Amino acid sequence: MALGLSLTMLTLIVLIPLAALALRAAALGPAGLYELVLDPRVFAALKISFLTALAAALANAVFGTLTAWVLVRYDFYGRRIFDALIDLPFAMPTAVAGIALTAVYSPKGLIGQYLAPLGIQVAYTPLGIIVALIAVGFPFVVRTVQPVLEEINRETEEVSATLGANRFQTIFFVVLPPLIPAILTGFALALARGVGEYGSVIFIAGNLPFKSEIAPLLIVIKLEEFNYAGATAIAAVMLAISFLMLFVINGIQSWSQKRFGHG
Amino acid sequence: MVDQSATPSRRRNPVSEPVLVRWLLIGICALFLALFLVLPLGTVIGRVFAAGWDSFAETLTDSDTKSAIWLTLSVAALAVPFNLVFGIATAWAIAKFEFKGKTFLTTLIDLPFSVSPVISGLVYVLLFGADTWLGPQLKSMGFPIIFAFPGIFLATVFVTFPFIARELIPLMQAQGTADEEAAISLGASGWQTFVRVTLPNIKWALLYGVLLCNARAMGEFGAVSVVSGHVRGKTLTMPLQIEALYNDYATDSAFAVASLLAALALVTLILRTLLEMKFGAEVGNGRHK
Repeated sequence: MALGLSLTMLTLIVLIPLAALALRAAALGPAGLYELVLDPRVFAALKISFLTALAAALANAVFGTLTAWVLVRYDFYGRRIFDALIDLPFAMPTAVAGIALTAVYSPKGLIGQYLAPLGIQVAYTPLGIIVALIAVGFPFVVRTVQPVLEEINRETEEVSATLGANRFQTIFFVVLPPLIPAILTGFALALARGVGEYGSVIFIAGNLPFKSEIAPLLIVIKLEEFNYAGATAIAAVMLAISFLMLFVINGIQSWSQKRFGHG
Repeated sequence: MVDQSATPSRRRNPVSEPVLVRWLLIGICALFLALFLVLPLGTVIGRVFAAGWDSFAETLTDSDTKSAIWLTLSVAALAVPFNLVFGIATAWAIAKFEFKGKTFLTTLIDLPFSVSPVISGLVYVLLFGADTWLGPQLKSMGFPIIFAFPGIFLATVFVTFPFIARELIPLMQAQGTADEEAAISLGASGWQTFVRVTLPNIKWALLYGVLLCNARAMGEFGAVSVVSGHVRGKTLTMPLQIEALYNDYATDSAFAVASLLAALALVTLILRTLLEMKFGAEVGNGRHK
């Protein structure tokens, strides 16, 4: 009974609507789809979405791993609050994050005013998109690396030290390798989120076609023009990308399960 | 040579870093957190205080804002219970029974998390929009989906679908079926077993899932934006009202509405942290044991 109810709701809410999208995309035919996606403005938007998400996910991979390390290994005043704040982007509505980040990084903003004389403009440029995507994607790497780091046996580090490795060597050759699957998973999650992110980006991006217009925004624009085919084509490509990412994440996890005995 | 054993405190721990490096790393992370999370949150609060109480009160008594708050509350009041039923039913089916395709079902539940919010809205436009067979039919029967309440509800349910299920599944799987079997063998009916045995076992994880689901339901922007039609005072939820005010250059009002949602996010975060501290093994997938 429970299974039937669950499957019915899943089918009605998720599967049928997604199937509708797939059918609409299939109806366009390969040639039609190809033409719509290779339209210069569409292609540019997809490229901007993907590249900014990539840059933000890379930044989050580095700083997220560092943050997980600091939270697991160091004890300091306020660590508990620090830890709780990491999840802020999961709880904060994207529209709120969007207008707040714009206020901070606009040329007159709290931080923007110091960057402007240096010739760095964040808001209304692709850099602004990256800033927004770093903010919303930050928790992913921290939260995938943190539990793995907590479970790592510190004896291997002691062994490494007694065998004459310095701390730097121990961290890079002993501690880091088993963390790589978790870092990659977090990176892929942040990337997937970044490619599809809309609310936090549109306020700060400036939304200039070919410069700072992201793919999800172009879907919205096409829909406002009642260009359903155009919107469907972009969505189909983005869905294909996110399924690919899901596939990659699953692959990393099963590989890591075999290689390191943890996901 | 200095006798090192006499000064143990000066000897470095071989499996940790020098104090200076430690503080440097903590500092870098704190700065990162400040730049991307804390300063934006502070800005929202700061802007509201700078604008003053009168401006805040004026925004919140504005009829469009009031109707946006009302719409957001009504959508969440329907979407959260809907996902509560789905979440419990799914977790129950996955954790307590064996059937074919279980792994596949688990993957399907997470699907909405990997879809762009804009696409989550778009799928309903493609299903019920003006160029479909179904949409105009329903509209002529006085039941429009797109650019109306049902569409906003559906898009919200879609994006919040996995929250409760995914919170309950690992816990119910870990708990197994022993308690339920005992209850049934003692003569309890299926419903009695559920209400008296299963539900008390999962209540904190359920509350945790509901909190996260509710925060997302009230804060969703992209998916709702696509299906809303942006009719002021009618189909604008709070996040969409923020956008509308912001685009009108009514920045103080936009921040006033934003501060309400930011407060909701903070309350969610605090309650969630308290739940994790108190019931760490049961909630958050055992993240904080």
